[in-house]
Amino acid sequence: MDSNSPKSPEQSEKTKKYDRQLRLWGDHGQFALETAHVCLINATGLGTEILKSIILPGIGSFTVIDGGKVREDDISVNFFLDENDIGKSKAEAVTRFLLELNPDVHGDFIDESLQRIIENNPSFFNSFNVVVGTALSELEIILLSSKLWELKVPLLICRSYGFIGMARLQIKEHTIVESHPDNQNTSYRLLNPFPELKTYLESFDLDSLELKDLAHVPFVVILYKYLQEYRKLFGRIPKTYKEKETLRDLIRKGMKKDENGLPSAEENFEEAIKAVNYVLTSDEVPKEIVKLLTDDNCVNLTTKSTSFWIMANALKYFVEKEGYLPVRGVLPDMTAETKHYVKLQQIYRSQALRDSESVYRRVQQLLQQLNQSADSISEADVKEFCKFSHDLRIVRSSCISHEYLEKPFNSSYIVSNLDDPDSSMEYYVILRSIERFYSEYKEYPGNLDDHVEPDIVKLKACVSKLLSEIGSNSIIKDDLIHEFCRYGGVELHSVSSFLGGCIAQEVIKLLTHQFIPINNTIIYNAVSSDIVTFCL
Amino acid sequence: MSAEGIRSRQFSCLRKILERAGPVCHPDFEPSAEILNFISNDCKVLVIGAGGLGCELLKNLGLMGFRDIHVIDMDTIDLSNLNRQFLFRRKDIGKPKAEVAAEFINKRISGCNVKPHFCKIQDFDEDFYRQFSIVICGLDSIIARRWINAMLVSLLVYEEDILDQTSLIPLIDGGTEGFKGNARIILPGMTACIECTLDLFPPQVTYPLCTIASTPRLPEHCIEYVKLLQWPKENPFECSIDGDDPSHIGWIYEKSLERAACFSIRGVTYRLVQGVVKNIIPAVASTNAVIAATCVTEAFKLASSCCSTLNNYMVFNNVDGVYTYTYEAEKKDDCFVCSPFFRVKYMDLPHDGMKLNEFIEFLSGLQYQMKNPGIVAAFAERNRTLYMSGVPSIEEMTRDNLKKSLKELNIINGTKLIVTDVTRPTPLEIVIRFSEINN
Ligand SMILES: [Zn+2]
Repeated sequence: MDSNSPKSPEQSEKTKKYDRQLRLWGDHGQFALETAHVCLINATGLGTEILKSIILPGIGSFTVIDGGKVREDDISVNFFLDENDIGKSKAEAVTRFLLELNPDVHGDFIDESLQRIIENNPSFFNSFNVVVGTALSELEIILLSSKLWELKVPLLICRSYGFIGMARLQIKEHTIVESHPDNQNTSYRLLNPFPELKTYLESFDLDSLELKDLAHVPFVVILYKYLQEYRKLFGRIPKTYKEKETLRDLIRKGMKKDENGLPSAEENFEEAIKAVNYVLTSDEVPKEIVKLLTDDNCVNLTTKSTSFWIMANALKYFVEKEGYLPVRGVLPDMTAETKHYVKLQQIYRSQALRDSESVYRRVQQLLQQLNQSADSISEADVKEFCKFSHDLRIVRSSCISHEYLEKPFNSSYIVSNLDDPDSSMEYYVILRSIERFYSEYKEYPGNLDDHVEPDIVKLKACVSKLLSEIGSNSIIKDDLIHEFCRYGGVELHSVSSFLGGCIAQEVIKLLTHQFIPINNTIIYNAVSSDIVTFCL
Repeated sequence: MSAEGIRSRQFSCLRKILERAGPVCHPDFEPSAEILNFISNDCKVLVIGAGGLGCELLKNLGLMGFRDIHVIDMDTIDLSNLNRQFLFRRKDIGKPKAEVAAEFINKRISGCNVKPHFCKIQDFDEDFYRQFSIVICGLDSIIARRWINAMLVSLLVYEEDILDQTSLIPLIDGGTEGFKGNARIILPGMTACIECTLDLFPPQVTYPLCTIASTPRLPEHCIEYVKLLQWPKENPFECSIDGDDPSHIGWIYEKSLERAACFSIRGVTYRLVQGVVKNIIPAVASTNAVIAATCVTEAFKLASSCCSTLNNYMVFNNVDGVYTYTYEAEKKDDCFVCSPFFRVKYMDLPHDGMKLNEFIEFLSGLQYQMKNPGIVAAFAERNRTLYMSGVPSIEEMTRDNLKKSLKELNIINGTKLIVTDVTRPTPLEIVIRFSEINN
């Protein structure tokens, strides 16, 4: 290699522009974003803030639906409108300013009401990967929710109302391979090492090593040795705290003494002591994964099963046969000499390859049985699936429109949360009641200054009616109802901007199938600046 | 149509919140049209940083009724900013962030007057900072945060040991990293300041030099080796590393690959090399939006008293669902920055045999995290500079002191030291106390 002429890969403009986010979701995540089409219903301040944070990172295309005209009120909460837009189509006006954000993104608008679109073109929403609705009426929510539930298109509905915000995800099923947990699970397989690992671990004779060499042995070797010793002494593996402490003592006693007779504080021994608890449980199949592998969609494959479930089924077969999830093949850093670390890494890596090959073979059989093409799932897909098999996730939400029916299926959940005086469920009830109020009176409670007092009475009636439908005996404080009437339906820009950032990220999660979306409702309170999640 | 007319309609949403009374409002809140007048005309806000957070902060302030806004940023626009810094376009690359951001906001939000300053925060003095009602920080530099924090504390006025509230300028601080972020409010002299909670900023992850040199295991170890050892030795371009120069990154990438190959280490990529050399922090538009929105909501609450403010620290994370956690960071009574000036600040040291360089290491350690402290001893007869690295001639003159013990330098129990550092605009005066005296 000629060292004077660096042959570094040429970076494209796009790679440079998106560098800071590619480090989070990778080129494949970016590809998923760039090929997606998102629909926003209603160009509110909140709506455009959501679009802003998915246009900047490079969504493929977006469509804005809004049948309204720009009013003076809209300008003060919406950054993507200005004075010159008053009286013009709101959808058109925001689309023009939004498109300036990123020349790589396509955008269009439909200057029509949602209701008309659903009536005239029932399959309209089929072409979207995610639909986001803001400030929808009760009727629109019901229409949209049932339509998209049927089309299996993910839906986010959200609202920014005074100091309160709410977002709700409706999705039939969402599967995640790359959930990016803060602590990646590494299964060391020290309780039952596979043959290559066993041979390697037993190739060390720690007692004969000099102090300086001993300091360079990876902690897994040390932990394995004392685990074996513990087993010899007690005939089983340590389970209780006391037993684990005994193992730790064994390791401590194994530390060599320095010239002064004091135990040398070797980092690898310390690492072994620290890892005792984790290593003893890390080989177990996590509860979440056990649940996933016994899921109906995993057990009963059909010709319509998705790649995720076909791979999950193959994984299930593997786990039943081997008793373990596939080895991850990624080794965290640890104190060790390079050659030991690299060797150990190779051993885990080779096993990971063998494991994923085994799962891949099963996947091939399944594809054949299901009459699906052999290349619909690649070997690389299976490798990724196996690598992240400790942290696979599924999210399934309920259908929103079901909840708006006479007797909501999840009423007992709502009732029990309402019984807790500190729960934010009352905000949910009030926001739902406001949707009712709007349907009935065609404006928000307290919209006009001299309507605040009378509207409190009317909103209270809506709240009581909804509470009785849900079957709750709870009482929502008058003060709180008054506060919502005080808001008069206004949107505060900084509240919308907070919520907009949150929801944009939820859209990105849905599109990339990375990270874990909300399940399924969040309430944001800008007064206390906290977020509560409900699983409705 | 008069300008007045446009404004009163523009903020009809804010008017409802600010002019209507309600039973759950803050007890100090007296709704009136005056509040919006105050926000728009009298409440001068300083935004520090016109990057990812800064762009959002300016937009949010403008749409929450603030009109008298200053913004300071010393950076120019780079292509990699465009995935989140939404006031900038491709044609703006190379221009000062503060100026482009201010121009954009002033054009989009009529009536809003953002004044840009393309310079460092250190270029301004007390008189400049004293003119603001609120300061909001959207920085990635901890040193700059600490500097502005100390600056705002230095503006506090005490009358007979009682803090004069009119001298207090609240500091709202936001920070993000990937999908994580935090926002906090600091009432200088009253609530925890940046310095009170220094432990929230753990020093950057560094790899031990012996690992880098002799037992590399990770691709990062190989890159650090090239960066720290091979570059100074071979000096390929006869200058120090410029992370924005592709030929520099290219060279480091090549050499890191070679070193990794020697040790059979996998995973050196161009992107990783860039990340390690430039210490890149991942960033997305959405997290910046969330944190900046929190900061401006709090500024709005402070300016209007419409409801109680964040008390006083919020963390945010949306990797798994959406998660927030708020808590009260605690003020340290003996904080070296925010405890009142009349309170003597003691520094406890183990013994007077401590060498001056050990003392400097101690100041640079986890507890005080100073960067390159200069130390002057205030002896009764006269002040004497013990060490100062900033000025080469003084450095040379005082270098020999580094190996001397504090005792040899005549520092005894009760000696006052004056410490200067880039983390603060004013010198720190501390009184030394030894737990043990060597005879
Ligand atoms: Zn402090």
